Amino acid sequence: MKINLNVNGVTFPVDIEPDRSLSGVLRNEIGLTGTKEGCDDCECGACMVLLDGHPVNSCSYLAVQTDGRQVTTVEGLADADGLAPLQQAMLDAGGVQCGFCTPGMLMSATALLSENPEPTVEEIRIGLSGNLCRCTGYAKIIEAVGSDAPST
Amino acid sequence: MQFVIAETLEHALELMASGSRPIAGGTDLVVGARQGKEPLPDALVAIDRLGVLASIDGGTGEDGEIVIGACVSHATIAGHGDIIDLVPGLADGSSLVGSPATRHVGTIGGNIMNASPAMDTGAPLLAAGAAVEVASTRGSRLLAVADLWLGPGQTSVDSDELCVAVHIPRPGPRTSSAYVRLEYRRTMEIAVVGAGAQVSLSDDGSVASASVALTAVAPVIIAVQGLSEVVGLQPGEAARTVARLASEQSRPISDLRASDRYRRHTVGVMASRAVLAACRRAAGEEIAVPVNRSEGIGAGYPGDAVANTTADGVEL
Repeated sequence: MKINLNVNGVTFPVDIEPDRSLSGVLRNEIGLTGTKEGCDDCECGACMVLLDGHPVNSCSYLAVQTDGRQVTTVEGLADADGLAPLQQAMLDAGGVQCGFCTPGMLMSATALLSENPEPTVEEIRIGLSGNLCRCTGYAKIIEAVGSDAPST
Repeated sequence: MQFVIAETLEHALELMASGSRPIAGGTDLVVGARQGKEPLPDALVAIDRLGVLASIDGGTGEDGEIVIGACVSHATIAGHGDIIDLVPGLADGSSLVGSPATRHVGTIGGNIMNASPAMDTGAPLLAAGAAVEVASTRGSRLLAVADLWLGPGQTSVDSDELCVAVHIPRPGPRTSSAYVRLEYRRTMEIAVVGAGAQVSLSDDGSVASASVALTAVAPVIIAVQGLSEVVGLQPGEAARTVARLASEQSRPISDLRASDRYRRHTVGVMASRAVLAACRRAAGEEIAVPVNRSEGIGAGYPGDAVANTTADGVEL
């Protein structure tokens, strides 16, 4: 099935089987491997991308359902000037250890901050609650997302 | 596999008449297929772009009925002012589903038609006396949610019929609702047990009427019978009576998450807490959605206030 997959503002015409997952198509057809497959079961959030600005687990979302819609992956956060402020905040706070959960964390946090630019710690916890991290213990990730809020 | 994005509701219904199955967020369908539970259907019709299925009427019509389109997401329900005002129990349920991502793509229609006995929107809808509107090329019909669920994953709806909306009667004055669940963690959790209550209070603060429905203690969401027993009782006493009835009437299974004995006991506790929260809301108190977080019911942080004491000081 031929669809137009719009990723990070670029349209990719792809011809795929309708049962392909969005994460698989992003990684294997388009070559954007920033999106990770962790559990492949909608539990861990490593595959989180934004669909029209809202977070979605791309491992369990059919790629054909995104035809003509806007997909944002972690590769879409940085621009020509460098890392997005949130990415820099993650580095500064030490919110990255092995790094496997980081793309998903960044996407959930991006969605949260675009809806709620000054979240409380509790709101950050809820916003990131679909993302598992086995290294950091979460504290520094939450700190990073909080420090990227414009008021602080 | 065939996949079509429906352009109109009629288009979707025609495809369903020829055997296609509907998909919106896919949070049950696709995840189930990936887990090997059931393969994806041979033909899918995507209904998530149909604007006609995506609106909420918060009771502005003549009959004051609240109508929620089948493709309205849990995130939208959980944050919708009219739903929070009129049927906060449903907002409690929707805001507990999955994670932010699940709540953004998961829909109320998908949740009820998936017919899991552990669904979080089922008990509040049953307690509110909701009905589901289904449509096919043969026409449309309304059926009470009490008549919808036949067993785990089974409904009384034909395979060519599509759930298009949920209808909720407008609650009267001094009437409100709440849903609470027992959970071992706060996110990506499935109710161990749960209970939804809708309560109307008399002027003296006693219960004028109550309906209570239970999650994950039977093959389907069930309504507690015999609630005329609580009419005229003050909330604390009514909650204790409901707890007893709920435990007596539940028929839970034992599985990885809980034994049948534990479920039978805890569903009474959840039912009494749902009744108490609904009574407090009916009396005008604001309890933020979801009750599980604002009252620390279920898994909470150490130090959270746990609502295990009734207004008259009796520990549940």
